[in-house]
Amino acid sequence: MNNTNKISILQGRLIDPANGVDTVTDIHIENGKVAAIGEAPADFQAATIIDGNDKVVCPGIIDLCANLREPGAEYKATIASETAAAAHSGITTLCCPPDTLPVIDTPAIAGQIKHKARKAGYCRVLPLGAQTQGLKGEKLSEMAALKGAGCIAISNNYAPLANTLVQRRTLEYAATFNLLTIIRSNDRHLSDQGCAHEGKVADRLGLPVIPEAAETVAVARDLALGQTTGAAIHFHTLSSASAAHTLAWARREKRRVTADVAIHQLHLTEMDIEGFDSNTHVLPPLRSTGDRDGLRQAVAENIISAICSDHQPHEADAKAAPFPATEPGISGLDTLLPLTIKLVHEGVMDLNSAIARLTIGPAEILGLPLGRLQVGATADICIFDPDTYWTVVPDQLTSQGKNTPFGGWELPGIVTHTLLEGRIVYQRD
Amino acid sequence: MSRGPSLQLDDTGRLRHFLTIDGLNRELLTEILDTAEGFAGVSERTVKKVPLCRGKIVANLFFENSTRTRTTFELAGKRLSADVLNLNITASSTSKGETLLDTLRNLEAMHVDMFVVRHAVSGAAHFIARHAAPGVGVINAGDGRHAHPTQAMLDMFTIRRHKGEFTGLRVAIVGDILHSRVARSQILALNTLGVSEVRVIAPRTLLPVEARSLGVHIYHDMDEGIRDVDVVIMLRLQKERMQGAMLPSEHEYYRLFGLTEARLAAADSEAIVMHPGPINRGVEMASEVADGSRSVILQQVSYGIAVRMAVISIIIGTQNQQGQDNKG
Repeated sequence: MNNTNKISILQGRLIDPANGVDTVTDIHIENGKVAAIGEAPADFQAATIIDGNDKVVCPGIIDLCANLREPGAEYKATIASETAAAAHSGITTLCCPPDTLPVIDTPAIAGQIKHKARKAGYCRVLPLGAQTQGLKGEKLSEMAALKGAGCIAISNNYAPLANTLVQRRTLEYAATFNLLTIIRSNDRHLSDQGCAHEGKVADRLGLPVIPEAAETVAVARDLALGQTTGAAIHFHTLSSASAAHTLAWARREKRRVTADVAIHQLHLTEMDIEGFDSNTHVLPPLRSTGDRDGLRQAVAENIISAICSDHQPHEADAKAAPFPATEPGISGLDTLLPLTIKLVHEGVMDLNSAIARLTIGPAEILGLPLGRLQVGATADICIFDPDTYWTVVPDQLTSQGKNTPFGGWELPGIVTHTLLEGRIVYQRD
Repeated sequence: MSRGPSLQLDDTGRLRHFLTIDGLNRELLTEILDTAEGFAGVSERTVKKVPLCRGKIVANLFFENSTRTRTTFELAGKRLSADVLNLNITASSTSKGETLLDTLRNLEAMHVDMFVVRHAVSGAAHFIARHAAPGVGVINAGDGRHAHPTQAMLDMFTIRRHKGEFTGLRVAIVGDILHSRVARSQILALNTLGVSEVRVIAPRTLLPVEARSLGVHIYHDMDEGIRDVDVVIMLRLQKERMQGAMLPSEHEYYRLFGLTEARLAAADSEAIVMHPGPINRGVEMASEVADGSRSVILQQVSYGIAVRMAVISIIIGTQNQQGQDNKG
C-alpha cells in the first residue's frame, strides 16, 4: 500500500459524468484532494506517477449495498476481506445493510463497523442503521443516535415492514432528521415462502414463487406513504419493469424518490435458474426478459440512477443444498464494474452513463459530496482498462464469497488502481 | 450448470438418472413402458424375483413421509434381487444437523449403487444427482412441487394398458395443479407421448399463473372440462389448502370439482378414472366413483411396481454398460 502524498495520473481518459468531462488529461493529487486537472500546480512534485494511457480514470465507485457479514457471520466474510475486495474492484465507498449480528440498531455497532473499516483502510464504509429495533418491524430505532454514529440512511433490508402504520411512523420519524429511508420493496404475504419469479420457469420447475406484485404492491404503498410523510425514499434493488414504470411516474411527479438496481438483474433472467443453479438464487428473484429489458431502459434513462452490487458473500455450504433451501445472494463486488461495462458493449448505454450510475448517481442519492473529480474534490479514484477481457473464475474472486453465477463469463474491464482519499489502496501487479 | 435432461442422460442418450420427464423423448418413455410390460407378469409368478440387479444396493432415501411410493420402490428393488436399504432421514441425520451432502457422502461410503430420493424441496433430486459419485444412479421419487416421474410413468402405463395408444386421447387432470409434482410430470409425459389434448380443471387459486405454457387447456368448470375425455386423473387435495386462503371449504370444492357418477357421465363412455392416492373420499371424488367400474386406482398401485422395476433396471443397465465401456 502506498501512502504518498502527491500523485500524478498522466494521460488517462478522465470521465467525470458529474461535471460532464470526458477527455484525455492529467490529474494531480495532494493531501487527499484533487489539486489540479491538466497542468500541474506550480512547484508540484509528484512522488508517484501513474500511467493513465489507454485507461479510464473516473471517480471511485460507490456501492449502495455490500454485505460485509461482520459482525456475526465472519465465516462468510469480514470487513477486512470485503473492503479489500472492494478496493480491488474500484469501489471506494460502500453501504453495508443493518442485518448484521447484532443488528446495526445502536451507535455502538455502527461505530464498531466504521472503526474496523478505517483500520483495514481499503474503503469508506457507511453503515445503514436499522429502521426498527432488531429489524423486528415493531419499535422505531434510535435514528438520531444512529445518524450521529455515522449511519448514512436507515433500512429494514430483507425484513420490509408488513405493518403499514409502523412503516408510516418510521418514515415520519426519519424525515424529522432528514434521514433517507432505503427500502427493499417486498410484500411479505405475497412473496410467502417463495424463492423464484412467478413465471414459466418456476411453474415448470415447481419452485415456490414470488410474484412481481410482491414488489409493485409494496412500491405503490411506500410511494403513497412517502407522499403523506414527506420522507425521502430510496427503493433498493428493484427487479421488475412495472416497478420501474411506477418509479418513472413518481419522478415525473417530482416525488422525493430514487432507486437502484443490482447489476445481476441487468444480465440474468428467470431462465438462468434452469437446472436449479443455487448461485442464481437471489432476492428479489431473477425475473423475466421483459423485466430485465425494462430495468435496462430505466437505467439508461436515469430513472434508476444507481447500479449496486448487492454483494452477498456466502460460504460454500450456504449454496450446497437444493435451490429453495439455499441462502440467496451473489458475491458481487468483483463483477460490479465489468458487468456494468458489459452493458456499454451491449449498447444499453454509453460509458459515461454507465460510470455515472456507479459514481455520481449513488453519491446524489446519499447526498454525499463524492462521485466527482473537480479540483478540491476528495481524491477517490478508480482507474481501469476498459478493453481488456478477463474470465470469471469463482475461486479466484477476491471476495471471500465465491458464490457467483458468472463463472466462465468473459467480462470487459480490469481495475488497475484504486485511490481512497489520495492513497493508493489497490494497484494491479 | 447441467439442466435436467443432460444430467439424466449419458453421452449416448442412455438414462443415467431419472429425475424428471422434462427433456426425455418419446422413445425413452416408450422404452420404460415396454420394459415395465415385461415386468408386469413377475408379480403373478410363484417366485416373484428376477436376478437382474443381484449384488446391487438400492437405498431409499426418504426425507419426506411416504408409504405407497416407498413400499413400491422397495418391492421393485427386491424383485430385481437388489439389496434395498430403507432410510427414513427425517427421523435421523438431518434432525442432528447433518446436511444433505453429508448424508449423501456417508451413504456413498457404503457403496450404494442407486438412490431413490423423496424430498420436500423442489430440485433436491437434481442436487443429489449432481453431487453423487460417478456411476451412482438417482431416481426422483418426488421432490417438492417439481416432479414425480415414476408416478407419471405408472399412470402412462395404466393409460396404455386400458387405451392402447396415446394419440387421439383427451385427458383431464383435476385439482391442485399448482402444488402437484405428479401433475407436472403427467402433463410432460402425456404431451411427449402424443395425446391430442391435456386439460387441467381447477379454480385459479390452484393453477400456476403460466399454466398454459405447460402445454394444457385450462378449464374452471368441471362439467365443461370433463366432457368427452377418455381419462380423468383426480389429484389429492391437501387439507392445508383450506387454511391457506386457497379454497373456502371442502364442501364447496367437492360441489364444484368433485367427481361424481353424474358428472362422469359427461366423459366418454369408456373413460377411466385415476388417482395417485390416497383418496379423500367426498372431497375429490365420491366413493361410488372411487370403487366403481371405471376406477383403475388399485391397478395404478400394482403397475407402480413394474414401472419402478423398469426404471431401476434401465439405469442399472446403463451403469453396467458404462462399466463395460470403461473396461473396453
